[in-house]
Amino acid sequence: MKLLELRGLVASVDEKQILNGIDLTVNAGEVHAIMGPNGSGKSTLSNVLAGRDGYSVTTGDMELMGAPVNGMSVEDRALSGLFLGFQHPIEIPGVTNMEFLKVAIDSHRISVGEEEMNTRDFMVQVREISKRLELSTEFLKRFVNVGFSGGEKKRNEILQLMLLQPKLAFLDETDSGLDVDALQVVARGINEFRSDDNGVVLVTHYQRLLNYVNVDFVHIMVNGAIVKSGDAQLAHEVETQGYAGLGEA
Amino acid sequence: MSEQSPSAAHDFIGKEYAAGFVTDIEQETIPPGLDEAVITEISKRKNEPAWLLDWRLDAYRRWLDMPEPTWARVDYEPIDYQAISYFAAPSGDKPKSLDEVDPELLRTYEKLGIPLHEQELLAGVERDPDAPRVAVDAVFDSVSVATTFQEELREHGVIFCSFSEAVENHPELVRAYLGSVVPQSDNYFAALNSAVFSDGSFVYVPKGVRCPMELSTYFRINAQNTGQFERTLIIADEGSYVSYLEGCTAPMRDENQLHAAVVELVALEDASIKYSTVQNWYPGDADGNGGIYNFVTKRGVCRGANSHISWTQVETGSAITWKYPSVILRGDNSVGEFYSVAITNNHQQADTGSKMTHIGRNTSSTIISKGISAGNSSNAYRGRVRMNPGAKKARNFTQCDSLLIGSDCAAHTFPTIESQRDDAIVEHEATTSKVSEDQLFLCRQRGIDAEKAVAMIVNGFCKEVLRELPMEFAVEASKLLEVSLEGAVG
Repeated sequence: MKLLELRGLVASVDEKQILNGIDLTVNAGEVHAIMGPNGSGKSTLSNVLAGRDGYSVTTGDMELMGAPVNGMSVEDRALSGLFLGFQHPIEIPGVTNMEFLKVAIDSHRISVGEEEMNTRDFMVQVREISKRLELSTEFLKRFVNVGFSGGEKKRNEILQLMLLQPKLAFLDETDSGLDVDALQVVARGINEFRSDDNGVVLVTHYQRLLNYVNVDFVHIMVNGAIVKSGDAQLAHEVETQGYAGLGEA
Repeated sequence: MSEQSPSAAHDFIGKEYAAGFVTDIEQETIPPGLDEAVITEISKRKNEPAWLLDWRLDAYRRWLDMPEPTWARVDYEPIDYQAISYFAAPSGDKPKSLDEVDPELLRTYEKLGIPLHEQELLAGVERDPDAPRVAVDAVFDSVSVATTFQEELREHGVIFCSFSEAVENHPELVRAYLGSVVPQSDNYFAALNSAVFSDGSFVYVPKGVRCPMELSTYFRINAQNTGQFERTLIIADEGSYVSYLEGCTAPMRDENQLHAAVVELVALEDASIKYSTVQNWYPGDADGNGGIYNFVTKRGVCRGANSHISWTQVETGSAITWKYPSVILRGDNSVGEFYSVAITNNHQQADTGSKMTHIGRNTSSTIISKGISAGNSSNAYRGRVRMNPGAKKARNFTQCDSLLIGSDCAAHTFPTIESQRDDAIVEHEATTSKVSEDQLFLCRQRGIDAEKAVAMIVNGFCKEVLRELPMEFAVEASKLLEVSLEGAVG
C-alpha cells in the first residue's frame, strides 16, 4: 500500500518557495531516510505534509494513505495516520504528559467510531511503553515537555509514536541532540514500531542513526529537491564525501 | 495566532449558549422605575417589618448621593436606572411545598440540570447511596421558588431558606447580621441592592455543626427589562462548617440586564465557610450585543479566632463582570482564600479580583487568580492586600496569571499592597503567557482538534483553582470553560 506519494511538489513558506519539485513514494513496510544539509528544506517538507498553517503547496500532488490531502486540516491528516516527530518538541505547561496522551489516543479512537479508552487499560499500556523507553512513571505526571532534557523530549516523541501507532511516521531530526545511550533507546523504539503495515521516514542530518536502524532507501535533499536516491550505502557516501559533491550529481 | 482553515472555523460555529431559553410563565412585575414608592411596594409585597423598609429607604437615600464608579477597566453605555423593573415574580402565592411549584418552573430547572426533586437526588447517580447530595434554593427573577432538603437540614439545626423566609422566621438573625459585612453605603451597587433587593438565600449553621450536605443557590433571570438584586447572608457559628455553591444563567436577549447582588459571609470562632461560584450569565452575542452586567459585592468577615473563609469562582459569563470577593481577617490566626478563574471571549469585559484586609494577628491569605482572554475581550485583575497595624506576622501570597488566546484581547493586573507592619510577609507573583501556534500545532498533529487543544491547555492553566471546587461542580466548570472558548481559535 502507498502511504505517501509526492509528485513534483513545489511549496512555499510565507510566499518564499522552499521546495522545488519533490518526487517521493513511501510504501508500507519501508523505511526511508532523507538526508541533507541545513536549509535544504527537510523541515519544510514535514510541515507541508502535516498541513501546517503558513506552508502552502503551489503545484504538484500530495497523497497520504492513497488519498489527496488538499484542504485536509492538520488534525484530519494526523487522524488519517500521519505522525510527525518534532525536532524541537514544544512545552505545554499545566497539561500533564498522561492527560495529553489520553486526549490524543481518544481523539484517534473517536475518529474511527470507537469509544474512549478505558483509563486502566490506557495506564497499563502507557506504563509498558514507557518502561521499554526507559522512562520513569514520574515522567508521565510531569507537564508535557516542561523541564525535559533533550533526550527525554525525543523519547517522549517515540512514546507518542508507539502509543498512537500511525501508518506513516515522519521523524524530523529525532536523533539530534542525543547521546549514544539515548540514541540507542530511540532507535530501539523505531525498530519496535516498524512493521509490514507501516512506513517510516527518518529526516536526519547525520548518518549515525542509520547505524542502529536499517533503512531501505536513502534520499539526498539539497536546495529543496531530492538530488539522489539509493540504498543504505548512499548514507555512507555522504559520510565520507559530504553533501557538496552529491549535490552536483 | 495563525489563521484556521475555513472548514475548521466553520465547525466551531453553531453551538450556542445552552441556557439561553426563555420560560413562558405568567409573571407579576412592578413597572420600570425607581423611587421611594417602588421600594415601599417591594417591601409591602414581601410583608416586611417596618425596620427593614426603613433600612431600604436609608440605603436608597444614600445611593441617590453616590456617583457611579468609573475606576474599573470596563466600558459601557450609562445605565438608565428608571428603565429597569425592580421586581418580577411568578404569579400567585409562594408554593408551600415542591408539589405546588408550577410544573413549567420545574421543567426550567430540569432543563438547566438543577435537581429540585429530593427523591431524584436521593436516588443519586446509579443509585449510589453515598452520592453527594446538594440542597438547592432556586431563585427565579426576584423570588425564591423552591428550597430543597429544608427539613433534613433543620434536624441538624441548619437554617437554609430564602432571604424572605428568613426575614419572616428568623428576624433576629437577619437584623443582627444584615449589612454587618457590606454596609448600605459600601459602594454604589451595594447601596442600590440594599434599597431594592428582592430575594436570595439565607444560611445559618449552629455551633459545632458540620453541614451534612452542600448548600446551593441557583439564580435564574428570566423576565425582560428586569434586574436581579439578590442578597445572600451566610452565618457560620462557632466551630461550624458549610460549603455553599451558587450558579447563575439567563436567557439570550439583545438588551443588557443588570445583576447587582450582595453576599455577606460571617465566620465566628473556629468556623469555616467555603463559597463556590460558577457564573454563567448570558455573555452577549459574538458582536457584543446584550448580556448581563454583573456588578456584585461579595465580602466575608472572619470574626472569630481561627476562622476560615474561602472564595472560589469560575466566571465564564456576563457581558461585564465587576466583582471582588474579599475577606476581612479580624480574628487572630484566621485564613482568607480567593481562587478565581475569569474567562472572557468575544467582547466580554471582566474586572475582578480580591481584597484581603488583615486586622488580627497571624492572619494569612492566599489569592490565586487565573485570567483567560480570547477574542476582543478585556480581562483585568484588581486586588488589594492590606496589613493593618495590629496584624502581627500577617502573611499574604498572591499569584496572578494571565493567558492570552489570539492577538486582539487584553489582560491587565492592578495589584495594590498596603502594609503597616514590618513583620508582614507579602509575596506577589505574576505571569502572562499565550497559547502559542506551536502548542496548537503539536496538539493538532496528534489528532486533537484546535478547540479541544485550547480547552486542554486552559484547563491545565486553571487546575489550581478548579481543584478547589466541589467535585460535581469541577466537572461542570471544565465543560463550561470549553463552551466559553468556542470560536476562540479561528
